Amino acid sequence: MWPSDLNSLHLLLPPMEIFGVSLPGLLSQLLLGLVNGSFYAILSLGLAVIFGLLNVINFAHGALFMTGALLTWMAMNYFGINYWLMLVLAPLLVGLFGVLIERLLLRWIYKLDHLYGLLLTLGLTLLIEGVFRSIYGVSGLGYDTPELLEGATNLGFMIMPNYRAWVVVASVVVCIGTWYVIEKTKLGAYLRAGTENPRLVEAFGINVPVMVTLTYAFGAALAAFAGVLAAPVYQVTPLMGQNLIIVVFAVVVIGGMGSIMGSILTGLGLGVIEGFTKVFYPEASSTVVFVIMVIVLLIRPAGLFGKEK
Amino acid sequence: MKKQLKVLALMLGVAGLATSAAHAQDKVKIGFITDMSSLYADVEGKNGAVAIQMAIDDFGGKVLGMPIELLTADHQNKADIAASKAREWIDTQGLTMLFGGTNSGTALASAKVAAEKKRVYINNGAASSALTNDQCTPYTVHYAYDTVALAKGTGSAIVDGGGKSWYFLTADYAFGHALEADTTAVVKAKGGNVVGAVRHPLNASDFSSFLLQAQNSKAQILGLANAGGDTINSIKAAKEFGIGKSMKLAGLLIFISDVHSLGLRNTEGLQFTTSWYWDLNDETRKFSARFFEKTKRMPTEIQAADYSATMNYLKAVEAAKSVDADKVMTTWRGMKMNDFFGSGQLRADGRYVHDMYLMEVKKPAESTKPWDYYKLIKKLPGDSVFTTKAESKCPLWK
Repeated sequence: MWPSDLNSLHLLLPPMEIFGVSLPGLLSQLLLGLVNGSFYAILSLGLAVIFGLLNVINFAHGALFMTGALLTWMAMNYFGINYWLMLVLAPLLVGLFGVLIERLLLRWIYKLDHLYGLLLTLGLTLLIEGVFRSIYGVSGLGYDTPELLEGATNLGFMIMPNYRAWVVVASVVVCIGTWYVIEKTKLGAYLRAGTENPRLVEAFGINVPVMVTLTYAFGAALAAFAGVLAAPVYQVTPLMGQNLIIVVFAVVVIGGMGSIMGSILTGLGLGVIEGFTKVFYPEASSTVVFVIMVIVLLIRPAGLFGKEK
Repeated sequence: MKKQLKVLALMLGVAGLATSAAHAQDKVKIGFITDMSSLYADVEGKNGAVAIQMAIDDFGGKVLGMPIELLTADHQNKADIAASKAREWIDTQGLTMLFGGTNSGTALASAKVAAEKKRVYINNGAASSALTNDQCTPYTVHYAYDTVALAKGTGSAIVDGGGKSWYFLTADYAFGHALEADTTAVVKAKGGNVVGAVRHPLNASDFSSFLLQAQNSKAQILGLANAGGDTINSIKAAKEFGIGKSMKLAGLLIFISDVHSLGLRNTEGLQFTTSWYWDLNDETRKFSARFFEKTKRMPTEIQAADYSATMNYLKAVEAAKSVDADKVMTTWRGMKMNDFFGSGQLRADGRYVHDMYLMEVKKPAESTKPWDYYKLIKKLPGDSVFTTKAESKCPLWK
């Protein structure tokens, strides 16, 4: 009764159509939406961590994501370092860069209005993207899929490139890992306490400034990790961060600026919704996230999972 | 007394403005507004300005005794920015002539401004045939290529080769719509049919969803009615999802910068129409070598056209002995042009009619030197590929 191979899985589905699109067609879009949603989830997770714990609107997130992808390409092109090594190395390098940014630039503006953080990080973005653009142009640099993940699996209703399935798995693992560390471990508790009441936490002997720096570095590392995942999928271009970051901001706002789990779930969910929009009304696929953001802000200003501050 | 002083100051100020505007006539100012930073930046972008400056320098830096200055701006693919920049330059900087760049939306907007203000308007980057059709003006020169030539060149070749059923992946703005419409007309005229189309937002990053829909349509040919970064991402995703196994890709607008970015492995066998290629003959190679020295990249057809159009414009100004747009355009339409870019004449509707080339991307094994990407399939005479009089709705061409 049950199909013996993945190929015929779709035969289990009832033959029906929803608004003129067959069920297998919808399923394939759902899967693709999950892939995009994974990128949204990791990126919005990094943003939510930085905003939730540091109160900084990190506009440079897209540029850090792009730097992760660029480092991966440079490592392969100039040093022959492979993808799997870069999955660890790129986040480390960008994390270090994040430490530099936090120590040299961000620490001066914590006491100021949110807007200064936004402006500073926006300026950083323009700088980083501009440098990259002047050296490499915008057409993009090709990065090949790692050999282990090459090829595609025929699921019957669609051909799923193996690499994209890996992206979903890797993102979910990293997201759940991060959520666990922040919400369920002692280190996470220190971090959360440190940002709510730094004086009191310092009184207990915990080095709050170092924790703050490490938090920013971790957020940056998350962005770079997403960048490494993205290199084989999207062309490595200076614009790759720009395209995603605006949507990611909307995701974070919808999920609730301080909520970690909120941004993960919202990221995945919005990826799926965007996928469906691409089927039924593709022209709106780049705006549907913002329409939802407007609706959510009107009904629940703190976001779906956020807490009123 | 104070009031009179104020009025006097105001009058002096206005007089000052008037004199400065008059002084601006002592220079010939060429404006260049294109996409400098986004998805089309590599097909023309700042290297287009390099090409124009090369032409200005080669011409001698002066025309009719006046020095030539080049102004550049980035329209970021926004029609309002392009139009307002053009207007600002014309009103406050005494702009003599305008190059509108890539992106048909901005091109149509800035062409309107140029016509309103009576300035010669040259466009190489934008593709929409509307520039010389229903939106033609006496001052618009559409120099390099347009969607009709691309459709007739590539569309005909593919339908003749057996590709009868088409599905389009279209960039959702003026250019994509024009290219899809023009190619549909060609396909239908040759007995083919269009199964469907999906419109994607300009500068979309992920095409997987649209490509799956294309695959589900079961058409033979996937027509890519987009350009630059969008085309690159479409082709990459198509390779990833194995679209090539069930459909053949038709790149309706391909630039050498796209092929350079994707590599021959991902683009081999792609057939498309172009107005120029760097390796056609000794003359094209000579220009390309000079361009490569300055930019470390081979010129695209648009950048070559930017150089050639500047040269021919300056020659027309010299022959007309005036920078007045009407006089220059009348003189230019009577000139026969012949250089490394092409040879032909300007038509009454503003279209530069010259030969186009049907090319195919080489296999990696066939490429013997850097940037050696194309092989010529056949030359397409200008009269056979551009809009014909019967098809034209331009009131200037009767």
